[in-house]
Amino acid sequence: MSAKDEILGRIRTALADAPQAPEVPRGYRTSSELDEEALIELLVDRLVDYKAGVDVIEESQIPQLVADKLAGASSVVTPQGLNPQWLSALPGTIARHVDAPGDRRSVAELDAISAVVTSSAVSIAESGTIILDGEPDQGRRAISLVPDHHVCIVPVSTVVQLLPEAMPRLTITRPLTWISGPSATSDIELERVEGVHGPRTLDVLLVRGM
Amino acid sequence: MRIALFATCIVDAMYPQTAKSTVKILERLGHEVIFPAGQACCGQMHMNSGYMPEALPVVENHVRAFDTDDYDVAVAPSGSCVASVKHQHAFLADRLGKPELKERATAVGKRTYELSQLLVDVLGITNAAEQLGSYFPETITYHPSCHGMRLLKLGDRQLDLLKTVGGITVNELPEADQCCGFGGTFSIKNPDVSSAMLDDKVNNICSTGASACAGGDASCLMHIGGGLSRTGAKPKTLHLADILASTMEETVAL
Amino acid sequence: MTQVFLGMPAGGLGNLVETEPFPAAAHRELGNTQMRKNLRHATHTIRDKRLRVVGELPDWEQLRDAGSAIKNSAMFNLEERLLEFEKNFTARGGVVHWARDADEANTIVRDLIRETGSTEVVKVKSMATQEIGLNEYLETQGIEAFETDLAELIVQLGHDKPSHILVPAIHKNRTEVRDIFLKEMPDVDPALTDEPAKLAEAARKHLRAKFLSAKVAISGANFALADTGTLGVVESEGNGRMCLTLPETLITVMGIEKVLPHTDDIEVMMQLLPRSSTGERMNPYTSMWTGVTEDDGPQNVHIVLLDNGRSRVLSDSFGRSALNCIRCSACMNVCPVYERTGGHAYGSTYPGPIGAILSPLMTGIEVEKNNSLPYASSLCGACFDACPVKINIPEILVHLRGEDVDSQRDKHKIPTQMDLLMKGGSWVLGKGKNMKLVEKALPLGRLAAGKNKKIKKLPGIAAGWTQSRDIPAPPAQSFRDWWSAEKESK
Repeated sequence: MSAKDEILGRIRTALADAPQAPEVPRGYRTSSELDEEALIELLVDRLVDYKAGVDVIEESQIPQLVADKLAGASSVVTPQGLNPQWLSALPGTIARHVDAPGDRRSVAELDAISAVVTSSAVSIAESGTIILDGEPDQGRRAISLVPDHHVCIVPVSTVVQLLPEAMPRLTITRPLTWISGPSATSDIELERVEGVHGPRTLDVLLVRGM
Repeated sequence: MRIALFATCIVDAMYPQTAKSTVKILERLGHEVIFPAGQACCGQMHMNSGYMPEALPVVENHVRAFDTDDYDVAVAPSGSCVASVKHQHAFLADRLGKPELKERATAVGKRTYELSQLLVDVLGITNAAEQLGSYFPETITYHPSCHGMRLLKLGDRQLDLLKTVGGITVNELPEADQCCGFGGTFSIKNPDVSSAMLDDKVNNICSTGASACAGGDASCLMHIGGGLSRTGAKPKTLHLADILASTMEETVAL
Repeated sequence: MTQVFLGMPAGGLGNLVETEPFPAAAHRELGNTQMRKNLRHATHTIRDKRLRVVGELPDWEQLRDAGSAIKNSAMFNLEERLLEFEKNFTARGGVVHWARDADEANTIVRDLIRETGSTEVVKVKSMATQEIGLNEYLETQGIEAFETDLAELIVQLGHDKPSHILVPAIHKNRTEVRDIFLKEMPDVDPALTDEPAKLAEAARKHLRAKFLSAKVAISGANFALADTGTLGVVESEGNGRMCLTLPETLITVMGIEKVLPHTDDIEVMMQLLPRSSTGERMNPYTSMWTGVTEDDGPQNVHIVLLDNGRSRVLSDSFGRSALNCIRCSACMNVCPVYERTGGHAYGSTYPGPIGAILSPLMTGIEVEKNNSLPYASSLCGACFDACPVKINIPEILVHLRGEDVDSQRDKHKIPTQMDLLMKGGSWVLGKGKNMKLVEKALPLGRLAAGKNKKIKKLPGIAAGWTQSRDIPAPPAQSFRDWWSAEKESK
């Protein structure tokens, strides 16, 4: 008998008393009570708490802010679908790389690049969580992981208050990365320390009117 | 109201004063107290030690004694024994496949209250000095026993009653919500861990400067009191009922 | 096709056993004062953090109710859910393997690694692979497994055993961690300080090259969604993302109880889990993948669905809710027993209150000394209060004590002291009139207590009590007798 058949048989035997599956009571909050300003304030508060950098800006300010954030960088990688306008204020001294289908940056190349700029799919204010879903303006998972500095664009229209509000906006079968602050650990004495293997610096540009 | 007293085995045999205090308080409020004679014990010691068949006669006896129309509500000066009556009796009946016992035990459990629950929720006591004449001119601290706190969700009922006793000073107990380490036969099956927990409780009590540690469960108080006595520490332990029964005229001695 | 099985499903193998009685193990661990200090500090830190973030949510109790019901409904229809998951995961290019027990899972993983030609793998922290002893097994097969979670790395470099499911090195403080790094990390800076940020940086440098070159990764999973075939890993450091993203081959080992029925269920679990485990509103990183995504991440994706005693837990109607556990560790963080003994005292991969029920449920109560685990609790109930999926751990502990006592009944020709105490107690406490009779002897106890009115030493099993506690002298008269005399005679 195959392992699968045996395990499923064991499960049937174990449940011979036929316990009835309960209806799931979903009495928890599923809709937001906050207006846009309060939502922005909440998200900023959470991100700051995680020691992420946050700027609340207008769309027209994106090129300048991206340039400011990358001031110390020597090179930057972007996904192919990122709005090229957003990098328009970068000085020529910063080498630019694009990760595109058919023209992928290798892991070794990514390791030598100092920063990455991506957009994002959905953000949850209450927990300070930004979700990337691999759309062309966010790119493959590797590009937002290997470089040590992540500049992430979050349009205000993609921010919700609660996790249940984010669910309908997600395609769960896409490769998802939920990011809540820069990489961190609580493994030594259960005290949180920022900066381990993932990007040690996370800068969030929260953009109004987008 | 006609109130049936469940004294609990430990209070009956070791701390009769606490049952007398419970009677006093309720009679002071004008209620009639009865003592169902067949009662003995909730059976918790047996169940918590894993002796289920041996627990059965004890639980059946309790249900037999209290499944009557002879009273309105039952009360016990113990969070732990009441939690056993309310939750564990039905569990045992389930486990031993006794649906009829489960039904009767559940009915008894619904009518059974821990003392502070009865005083606050049913009898509307919010001020012990004014409504019960309670007076106790000592500095105390308070240990909320686990089963009252977590299984019965007593919240601050006991502490609030104590704070309103005339003449009393209540000092907060550090790490009050931590178990004293008794746990019934836990204290003899795992004596080292139990003692380590007790040490911390005793040290915390001593740090408050109180002359007594009050609580709502005689068994935990016996455990804590035993530890205080062994280390020669000054504070004594005293049941909530004894403090509430204490008056200007008849003040309970430490 | 329907298979009919009789009797109890097989027990789990691997690192699920207590090899000495818990009280003896606890006695030894209690003597380690440095460890007790470290544990006290760590558990108290995490308790405060957890209370703060849980307190922020007005609907915490509703989330717990939902979480509990979601897990129950998954477990009660487990066969259907697993088949649904298999279908969806396979449709997206993943390969599903089934393992009856630890040995079978280990072999499957070894064979999958061999197919790649690789002799080393990077690992994301996983309880399932800890449970089956995968690293040790792979070592015997010539495959080196590198743990990449910081705490697992500390344990691995220190040739130690994990003592906590979330923070395996919780028993070590920062200075001890630094000393391990200085001794065991080949390229470490000899001037390394014990600042946690510096220690984290040392781990980053140590593992970087491994991440960038690894061909095979092994992970666990925090959940699997039946309706889409999606897997999720919840982590903090980014080591998970590295392992789940960069290698060509990804092998996930997951207990069959981790399956969730619906996509929407993660909106509940992802609120409950991070707050209960690290006391954060959300963990830094969560990765989800569904089979293979072309051009993004591993292209050779496997999952090993592990039974190893889980179906046995499911067969116990009083204990099966232990399978609801989402491995958050809140129960051990609040447990007064765990706080004092640490995780090693429990022997098994699963320590603390959940381990005290899960280990004997998975193996059977009679295996090794697992029958001593259900007694490792004062039944204070802090674990039940903290459990995000409302597992009634104290009730299951009591149930398992019953299993233990029943399993011993036929073994002892001569009853133990505890047997006698309980049988005698059953008679005394089984009738009011019996109790009345015995209470006539109370004055004898007074006599034994003497002038001090204290009993300081008792024989036999009760000696444990008088080890650190006195017993007061009994009263001259029971309440029952007083009542008859005072109330009924009037």
